[in-house]
Amino acid sequence: MHPFTYTRATDTDTALKGLSGGPAAKLLGGGTNLIDLMKMGVETPSRLVDITRLDLAKVEELPDGKGVRIGALVRNSDLAEHPLIVERYPVLSQALLAGASPQLRNMATTGGNLLQRTRCYYFYDPAFTQCNKRVPGSGCGAVGGYNRIHAILGQSEACIATHPSDMCVAMAALDAVVRVQGPKGEREIPFAEFHRLPGEHPEHETNLQPDEIITAVDLPAAPWAKTSHYLKVRDRASYAFALVSVAAALEVVDGKIKTARVALGGVAHKPWRSKEAEETLVGEQPGEAIFKTAAGAALKHAKGYKYNEFKIELAKRSVVRALTNVTAA
Amino acid sequence: MTTTEYLGKPTSRVDGPAKVTGEAKYAAEFNVPNLAYGYIVSSGVTRGTIKSINAAEVEKIPGVLKVLTHENAPKTASLDRSHRDQLASTHGSPFRPLYQAELQHSLQPVALVVAETFEAARYAASLVQVEYEIAPHETDLHGSRAKAHPPKDSRTGYVPPPKKPRGTPEEAFEKAPFKVEAEYYQPAEHHNPMENFASTCVYGEDGKLTIYQKTQGVQNCQEYICSVFGLSKDEVQVISPFMGGGFGAGLRPTHELYLSVLAATALKRSVRVSMTRQQMFSFSHRPETIQDFKLAATPDGLLDSVTHTAIQESSRYEEFLETVVNWSGLVYTCPNVRLDHQLVYLDLASPADMRAPGAVTGLYGFECAIDELAYQAKLDPLAFRLKNYSEKDQNLDKLYSSKELREAYRQASEKFGWDQRPLDPRSTRRGSDLIGWGMATGCWEAMQGKAAAKAVLTPDGKLVVSSATSDIGTGTYTVMTMIAAEFSGVPIENVSFELGDSSMVYSPVEGGSWTVSSVGSAVKTVCEELKARLFKLAGKMDGAPLGDAKVEDVTFDQGEMRVTKNPVRNVTYAEALQANGLDKLELDTTELPQLVKQMTHGVYSHSAVFVEVAVDEDLGTIHVTRVVSAIAGGRILNPKTARSQIMGAIVWGISMALEEESMLDHQFGRFMNHNYAEYHVPVNADIHDIEVIFVPEHDDVVNPLGAKGLGEIGIVGVAAAVTNAVWHATGKRVRSLPVTLDKLL
Repeated sequence: MHPFTYTRATDTDTALKGLSGGPAAKLLGGGTNLIDLMKMGVETPSRLVDITRLDLAKVEELPDGKGVRIGALVRNSDLAEHPLIVERYPVLSQALLAGASPQLRNMATTGGNLLQRTRCYYFYDPAFTQCNKRVPGSGCGAVGGYNRIHAILGQSEACIATHPSDMCVAMAALDAVVRVQGPKGEREIPFAEFHRLPGEHPEHETNLQPDEIITAVDLPAAPWAKTSHYLKVRDRASYAFALVSVAAALEVVDGKIKTARVALGGVAHKPWRSKEAEETLVGEQPGEAIFKTAAGAALKHAKGYKYNEFKIELAKRSVVRALTNVTAA
Repeated sequence: MTTTEYLGKPTSRVDGPAKVTGEAKYAAEFNVPNLAYGYIVSSGVTRGTIKSINAAEVEKIPGVLKVLTHENAPKTASLDRSHRDQLASTHGSPFRPLYQAELQHSLQPVALVVAETFEAARYAASLVQVEYEIAPHETDLHGSRAKAHPPKDSRTGYVPPPKKPRGTPEEAFEKAPFKVEAEYYQPAEHHNPMENFASTCVYGEDGKLTIYQKTQGVQNCQEYICSVFGLSKDEVQVISPFMGGGFGAGLRPTHELYLSVLAATALKRSVRVSMTRQQMFSFSHRPETIQDFKLAATPDGLLDSVTHTAIQESSRYEEFLETVVNWSGLVYTCPNVRLDHQLVYLDLASPADMRAPGAVTGLYGFECAIDELAYQAKLDPLAFRLKNYSEKDQNLDKLYSSKELREAYRQASEKFGWDQRPLDPRSTRRGSDLIGWGMATGCWEAMQGKAAAKAVLTPDGKLVVSSATSDIGTGTYTVMTMIAAEFSGVPIENVSFELGDSSMVYSPVEGGSWTVSSVGSAVKTVCEELKARLFKLAGKMDGAPLGDAKVEDVTFDQGEMRVTKNPVRNVTYAEALQANGLDKLELDTTELPQLVKQMTHGVYSHSAVFVEVAVDEDLGTIHVTRVVSAIAGGRILNPKTARSQIMGAIVWGISMALEEESMLDHQFGRFMNHNYAEYHVPVNADIHDIEVIFVPEHDDVVNPLGAKGLGEIGIVGVAAAVTNAVWHATGKRVRSLPVTLDKLL
């Protein structure tokens, strides 16, 4: 590990001050991903600002029934079991519990989860000389390499890595809003705009600025979210990243779908919300036929590589299964 | 006669409390004053030449003592012969760390940074820059299979396939009504024990080395270090009391041992070198293997032709040899058999023995192909196997020393409910899952090697038995204690067994399920000799406490000798020692295998494995919901640890079937998933019901204990049974491991 200084921020302002020195500073939350990457030599911050003492670990109801606010330091395990989440946003609770292991969930924070980095082998091991995300301009080892776990939607030739989070897939479906604070004050970033597609610059993964800190994630009121479900398909029953995952919600009124949400994980550089699938579903009678059409719409522009072609069909079937599970619930 | 009976009774691990309290010390936990730390720098390149290393620059970093590279490392023995350990191939050039500028495989050590602290060594290692001239490499077995050739070398434990085919396999295949022609594939797999390899080399004031080493063979390591560094045996002691899993990875001396000794002797200071998890992928793996089968059966379902060719990777610098194809010539009766084993040299580290080496690979493919043939013949897979049951080892033309496989089939299939199995695939559903049942046969050679044991009895009635073997987590401490108690007549609470020290009496490496057979037999013999000596001592005592009784008239029990028919005539072991003025009674013995008996027999353990899987029809996810495995493994000495061994092996078999794969990127010639997050082994949620049955089996050929040894046999056949069950569920024959969901979509 490269030497780094460690400071502990006492409030958001001191945290921001700690960040102000430039990109060599990193915020330390649960450390479940950052410390790993530091040990691998992928991340080499010269300053760590520990923010775990900040007063950002609360889950609270927003006034006027506007939804729920999740502090950036709420641990994944606490969030997964929180009554407000379990009752109102089951898809989020399920997604959290599908992620990692109990030990990791006890450490991992909400804000940190948003900033998780890809599990692409070519990113994780600096001996692989090609990775545009780790060394911009070096190329992509995965495009012509062993790309079984890689992206099928929204990727570029520069990068076919996927975003590894489960939590974020549910949040994408729930129209969450990320609250951030920077030197110029607070701002809100709609979830769909928080993570970026790789394009020419896969090293830029989010629209969070280097001098900003995530303070909370707001979940708007969503009565339809009570009938929601998270499906995770992976190579073993637990403690594995998703090959494909689906966050789905359906509100059915008078036999017709009034509201639909479909987001996919494990398929793209960001949690992949499929408006195409949702538009296909709204106004229709729920059932296998329309679910299949919606799945087809979601994967219409998918492109596979040598080893991950299977994900396209798997993703379609997973969308159908997740929607079926929602209706069965 | 001995009345105390410990053998066959479920006995908890004698080392359990030490392990759960943390008192048991592992190689990297032995601390000594003034210890320096070595950190290995691994190559990021597969083939080529090291042009330069900025070692001098890194040595300026505070805390760094030395950066060893091929340019400045002290010279060790020059001949390959001196680097060959007990398990090396006979003519190979074993890998030597920091020996030359030329690279042999990715992740190989290219420098060792030695520093005052581990952290300083690790940091400095991250600053080591190596410039390479890169050369092309070959790591793709499929791409290079045209270069396959028969092995040229030999190795301890390797049995080449019979040179000539039996009968006329091609003719028989042509005319047969039922045929299978199939290729099966198994990827490279790594051992991945929990404990990383580590070596703490303590440099004594007299220059003697005491090495705390993770290894399955302390004496193999001692001999290797003596030979490589030109030291005598009294200058090198290797100690390994506990091991956090070996699985074969620790049979041969590992990089960090060589490097810790290199650094300690160069600096004249104690040095510890431990591997990172990533570096655990830098040596020894189960070799990637392609297998071609041509099987045929007669109209009555008799196996009539077997052709089995294995194409297996080896490193370029030494041939790795394991017995892959021979099993296909002996598991069933078949008049026409051709077996062939070929190698492809690749630019990878030498493969190594890994749980049931060879058998687990060969019988994976063969038992799947047999399942295919049974279905061709429209026979139930178990009925087909019973019809072709082998009564003698046809490869060697010898009778079996014992073989209760038929009984294993019966008990396991009854427990499983196999008679309810529909013949056709895709016959059973449960919700969105397809249910399938599959089975397979396992086989492993039951071996015995030369081994010694030493016994020391003291006047307090305590017995210490020792041998330089290892307990790699299998329960060696416990079972040896039981054997010693059983045959010495000393109560078990007064017996202890010591191991894992090269200065102890001879033991072969701990592997191949032969430790109970080899070391256990020596323990039995030395304890029997102990009783004979005690009887003689009693005879010399005043007042002849045992009268004129002969040794066969005496019971040795509870630390006491007494005349069986007249128990008032008795004397304790302690009294016998005291009366003879002895402060201890010490003896050792070397036990040789029962070669004459063994050479006239085929000596094997067997298993019958039955598996149920549930496969999600849409998503392809597979759950192994039930396993029943019946083992015919001779006498079971400790049913408790034996069951644990077999359970662990079955879990590993499920792992092999569904999860394990060391992924290679051929652009870089490098293993990619070198960590526990991406190298998948089962988690608790993957494992459901497992039932283990031990079938009674009497065998007086294998060794004087009648125990065939356990561990290996538990994994053999499991991957085939799972794969066959997946076929029965889905109708899809997946002929490559692991059976991941993408192969079922």
